[in-house]
Amino acid sequence: MSGHSTYEPKTGFERWLDVRLPIIRMTYDTALNFPTPKNLNYWWTFGGILALCLGIQIVTGVILAMHYVPQVDMAFNSVERIMRDVNYGWLIRYMHANGASMFFIAVYIHMFRGLYYGSYKAPREVLWILGCIIYLLMMATAFMGYVLPWGQMSFHGAVVITNLLGALPVVGNAITTWLWGGFAVDDPTLNRFFSLHYLLPFVIAGVVALHIWALHVPGNNNPTGVNVKSEADTVPFHPYYTVKDGFAISVFLLMFGVFVFWMPNALGHTDNYIPANPLVTPQHIVPEWYFLPFYAILRAVPNKLGGVLLMFGAIAVLFVLPWIDTSKVRSMRYRPTIRLYFFIFILTCLVLGFCGAHEPADKVIPGVTTFTLGDYDLNTMVWLSRIAALYYFAYFLVITPLVGLTETPLPVPDSISEPVLSHPASGPIGTAAASKKG
Amino acid sequence: MSDTVVGANPDPHASGDDPNRRDFIHIAAGAAAVGAVVGLAWPLIDQMNPAGDTLALSSIEVDLSKVVQGQQIVVKWRGKPLFVRYRTPKEIAEAVAGDHADLRDPQTDEARHKPGKPEWLILVGVCTHLGCVPNFGLGEYGGWLCPCHGSVYDTSGRIRKGPAPKNLAVPTYNFVSDTKIKVG
Ligand code: HEM
Ligand code: FES
Repeated sequence: MSGHSTYEPKTGFERWLDVRLPIIRMTYDTALNFPTPKNLNYWWTFGGILALCLGIQIVTGVILAMHYVPQVDMAFNSVERIMRDVNYGWLIRYMHANGASMFFIAVYIHMFRGLYYGSYKAPREVLWILGCIIYLLMMATAFMGYVLPWGQMSFHGAVVITNLLGALPVVGNAITTWLWGGFAVDDPTLNRFFSLHYLLPFVIAGVVALHIWALHVPGNNNPTGVNVKSEADTVPFHPYYTVKDGFAISVFLLMFGVFVFWMPNALGHTDNYIPANPLVTPQHIVPEWYFLPFYAILRAVPNKLGGVLLMFGAIAVLFVLPWIDTSKVRSMRYRPTIRLYFFIFILTCLVLGFCGAHEPADKVIPGVTTFTLGDYDLNTMVWLSRIAALYYFAYFLVITPLVGLTETPLPVPDSISEPVLSHPASGPIGTAAASKKG
Repeated sequence: MSDTVVGANPDPHASGDDPNRRDFIHIAAGAAAVGAVVGLAWPLIDQMNPAGDTLALSSIEVDLSKVVQGQQIVVKWRGKPLFVRYRTPKEIAEAVAGDHADLRDPQTDEARHKPGKPEWLILVGVCTHLGCVPNFGLGEYGGWLCPCHGSVYDTSGRIRKGPAPKNLAVPTYNFVSDTKIKVG
């Protein structure tokens, strides 16, 4: 799909530029005329939404940095000054803080979309891995950003997360000291986190460019998972998907606006409006919502190193997924067995998030005491997160390879155009399709 | 390609010879470049380690007369909280009784306080799991409960339950007088 260009410079200036820096040609080929499967649904609009999110974070972030002071005695107050005194500072900060949450909502939907439609499978493995790298960078960026306002959650969150690395044998302590620049999270830590928080979004932008490059070599996957066979299966990106993405972005911005203007602190934590105090940890410390599932996995293991390894493993497994999945059929639309396990998997992620928001010993069903298994009662968040964590890993390491080998998929259409004409979501497409094959 | 090259430099390996002068220059230049990059990388990495002024650690003196029996005070030492706990006889007895329990990080209570001063327990108030500050008097052993992931410490500061691997650390300190200690 990549390679051939239909761009024709129209004006003299465009012709002049085209042989010097063919940037208009590149924009035209990648963003306007790019042949795109004609059956993309709304789950495919989150790529554009994500690009917008990154743009919003960078613009609001650069502005915040004009007023923010990365120094332990002044950081908290400088953020309060942004909120109270800087013209429209409240708006810009609320956009940045809620923008991070919106960014993660979008990236999670985007990733689940990829899982469901098998977008990680050949020939899109590199595209998928680049996406996983972006996700990791986003987590690092958001974590360091959350430290900057230097509230109680900022501080103690930073303590807990940096101490994770202390669990590594031998080098652990040297690494945490190196990260902190001292013997505790302190001024040097805040300073370097600010420096990196400013830098990483631009690194993300770079990886996004690679991500889109890797997308434009094989082209988009689509809800059927069937390769594009001919030009009849595609439409040009503009105006078809610019308009569809534009509509989705508008809806997304409405939701964003509801948070920014009506409930700007709903996704945050009140304790972060208390200035950091290294001597007192808040009674109930939780990370931002988008880290909760991993936090639950961390706490599910009664061993420090084990918990840390399992938590990182939960992300690492995504990187190797293209080689774990044994199924040749991309889209789960034609894989009813795995689809069921997949929906349980989504539920599991939500359950893990729920557990992460509660204390380990909290009861799942209030007031009921069953019996103590190992260290905790069976009716506790710890045990629920253990079961959920087990399913999380089983889904990738056992269910995905086994179902791929044993299942009988539904007949897959010959081409994209076929099910567009008779939509299969309302029932498997007839045996006609199956017999036409071969 | 090499057979199309004309000039004074015949293919050096044509007869399986040892490296010649040109190879030597390539290897030496490459090694110098790698050495330079590594040498330069180290300052770029090491700058993040604690700076000289951060390393110039201070010791502090704590006035024990301010602490009420059955309570603790928390003071800041090297950026971290320091617990100074004045234990009741009951708490000491519980701690001693715990010596024989199945401990994850076995240590007697005796070894965790100065001889003849069992009522004073001086600890670094940093949970050995991921560094939160455990809360005083909570948890089923009456010592501390860490709010982060539920590690439970007894009245000797030993880990009894939860994810933390080690007992709360005892810093180096000594009694300067009956009511004053010097930490660090
Ligand atoms: C991937 C993009 C980004 C993400 C996910 C992100 C995330 C965050 C988060 C979660 C906070 C804490 C908000 C709060 O609760 O107060 C924050 C704060 C901050 N960010 Fe970012 N950020 C991004 C990009 C940037 C960029 C590019 C800059 C600067 C050029 C920047 C500058 C700041 C500053 C100065 C603060 C402290 C002020 C405040 O807390 O509101 N951010 N960021
Ligand atoms: S930091 Fe104390 S239990 Fe995790």
